[in-house]
Amino acid sequence: MDKDSLVSLYRQMLLIRVFEDKSAEMYAKAKIGGFLHLYNGQEAIAVGAVSALRPDDDLVTHYRDHGYALARGISPRAVMAELFGRETGTTGGRGGSMHLADVSKRFWGGYAIVGGHLPLAAGLAYAAQHHKTGRVVFCVMGDGSTNIGTFHAALNWAQLWRLPVIFTVENNQYAMGTVITNHSAVTEIYRKACAYDMHAEQVDGNDVLAVREVVCRLAERARNGEGPALLEAVTFRHRGHSMADSDVQRPKSQVAEWKERDPIPAFAQVLLERELLTPQDLEQIARDVEAEVEDAVAFADASPEPARQTLYEGIYAEPVSNMQIDGSLIAPPALGPVIFKNGTGNHG
Amino acid sequence: MAEITYREALKRALREEMARDPNVVIWGEDIVAYGGGGAYGVTAGLAKEFPGRVRDVPIAEEAIVGVGIGAAMGGVRPVCELMTINFALVAWDQIVNHAAKQHHMFNRQIQVPMVIRSPAGWGRTASTHSQTFENWLASIPGLKVVYPSTPYDAKGLLKASIRDNDPVFFIEHLALYGTRGEVPDEEYVLPIGVSQVKRPGKHLTVVTWGRMLVETMKAARALEAEGIELEVIDLRTLRPLDLAPALESIHKTNRAIVVEEGFRTVGLGAEIAASLQEMAFNDLDAPIARVAGLEVPMPYAKNLERATIPFAEDVIAAVRRMMEKQY
Repeated sequence: MDKDSLVSLYRQMLLIRVFEDKSAEMYAKAKIGGFLHLYNGQEAIAVGAVSALRPDDDLVTHYRDHGYALARGISPRAVMAELFGRETGTTGGRGGSMHLADVSKRFWGGYAIVGGHLPLAAGLAYAAQHHKTGRVVFCVMGDGSTNIGTFHAALNWAQLWRLPVIFTVENNQYAMGTVITNHSAVTEIYRKACAYDMHAEQVDGNDVLAVREVVCRLAERARNGEGPALLEAVTFRHRGHSMADSDVQRPKSQVAEWKERDPIPAFAQVLLERELLTPQDLEQIARDVEAEVEDAVAFADASPEPARQTLYEGIYAEPVSNMQIDGSLIAPPALGPVIFKNGTGNHG
Repeated sequence: MAEITYREALKRALREEMARDPNVVIWGEDIVAYGGGGAYGVTAGLAKEFPGRVRDVPIAEEAIVGVGIGAAMGGVRPVCELMTINFALVAWDQIVNHAAKQHHMFNRQIQVPMVIRSPAGWGRTASTHSQTFENWLASIPGLKVVYPSTPYDAKGLLKASIRDNDPVFFIEHLALYGTRGEVPDEEYVLPIGVSQVKRPGKHLTVVTWGRMLVETMKAARALEAEGIELEVIDLRTLRPLDLAPALESIHKTNRAIVVEEGFRTVGLGAEIAASLQEMAFNDLDAPIARVAGLEVPMPYAKNLERATIPFAEDVIAAVRRMMEKQY
């Protein structure tokens, strides 16, 4: 990688970290509601992996998805606006934090039913195979996803049909609050692939270059028709599962130990040692990133809420002329409710 | 115009759409090798005609639907067959949380043009294999639910479902597969979301769908001899629900019965009766009645099984009760 690309990886990781800290602040101020799952500590995986993909490869993620959205190049403005529930957000305030998406960047969304997106990723990989596009699907989940039926059904199917998909497990060692030794009979997650005769690897999820390297190889394999892979990236969350988590179940010593292995200062050290950046450069990047996140907050705060009259838009791909909603028959949804008059149906 | 079976009509729709669009694929459990084309034979022979596009898949309904959703997001048009509608329960998260929500939740960025085909029905198969879930399915925004009752409708509506850009749950019925009806040789496509008067009459409106249309038509023929003329409305699509023909009919008959095979409590008939009464209260001379399946887990024993399922005789009895009663 050239200097600019390496520096870009650092900048993206820092952007995610600062964005997440700011999101927590905005949650505390009640600007953000519902569930908020932050990515602090795991940034190297999203940044390393996305940098290894082609822009037209498909990306499907779990609900801890802010890092992937930002790494994929979605603007912090659109992500923050979505967290605020505004019309300018990635899904216009429909999906919220757990369901970010930008299909123009082939980021097919964050999915919030644990394991629910794994079959979808296999299906996108089938579409790539069917259309011979050479695309690879990168699908990410947490360690807690590897016990549910869809994990096994999707891995089996993907291997059976040699689909071009990389299933990546961010093993942060806790399924919500349950430690991995209490939720999985196999704690080295990559070994689960042997049940499906699938290629599998384990990587240090806190090493951005190691993640990038392995995803490059697995993508190349998949593109060459050699089939799917299971990648386990071992990492740790710096914060609780979500903003609602008081994080009493993880030993403080374990959290402290992993914070010592923070992927961002570690990569800064690499850049300094290779003399690609000076300490002054690092400070400048930090200032730029802070400003970018402040701008995102200002943008989100100034953005309008989605209009009430758009509520029914997009339930179906094309307007449904005789959809029955709330006791009235409505003409194309954009036109708003039309009370049905006996004998003058608008069907057909 | 030739008479063909409901099963053959479905197969012709699949064949025509596969020939028309190379993105149409068919996936299901035991639809290729087993018995030469599926547990109920709908796909027989298609794998040979369209190599690689009709495939047997693992018994993993959450993946059959889920992989289908992903393929549809990627521009394929999968027709996913669930061997019976009972197995849709295994795929429920994929149907409700994924297929139905993608387009709205992702603010119109994602379409899911897929069809899930599955037969309801029974036949000494006991309670886990003798269910129907159209009331659940029809309550999900984002999903379309089609349930044809005749070979003609089956063909035209399956073709429309495959061409539709939304996920369509297409319900068939085991007892309908062998029924025969006229189907033209020329191509046609029927609109989703349009109910139809299957039989004109002036005394009482019956609103129904699926297999119960067949039973209701039997009842109508029997009652004709007594001078009672039923007007029979076939909903054909259960979401979106087109109640306009039923309302027009009630305006004329002033009486209505909703006939369904599923359970009465929280059944689709309850929703239909409530909506019709809201919209046509002044036209009604009697409360809308319901005929439905009995609310027990389906027993295996032949006599008990038959006792739970509504037949023409139950429709006839309900009509007589309504016609005899003075309000």
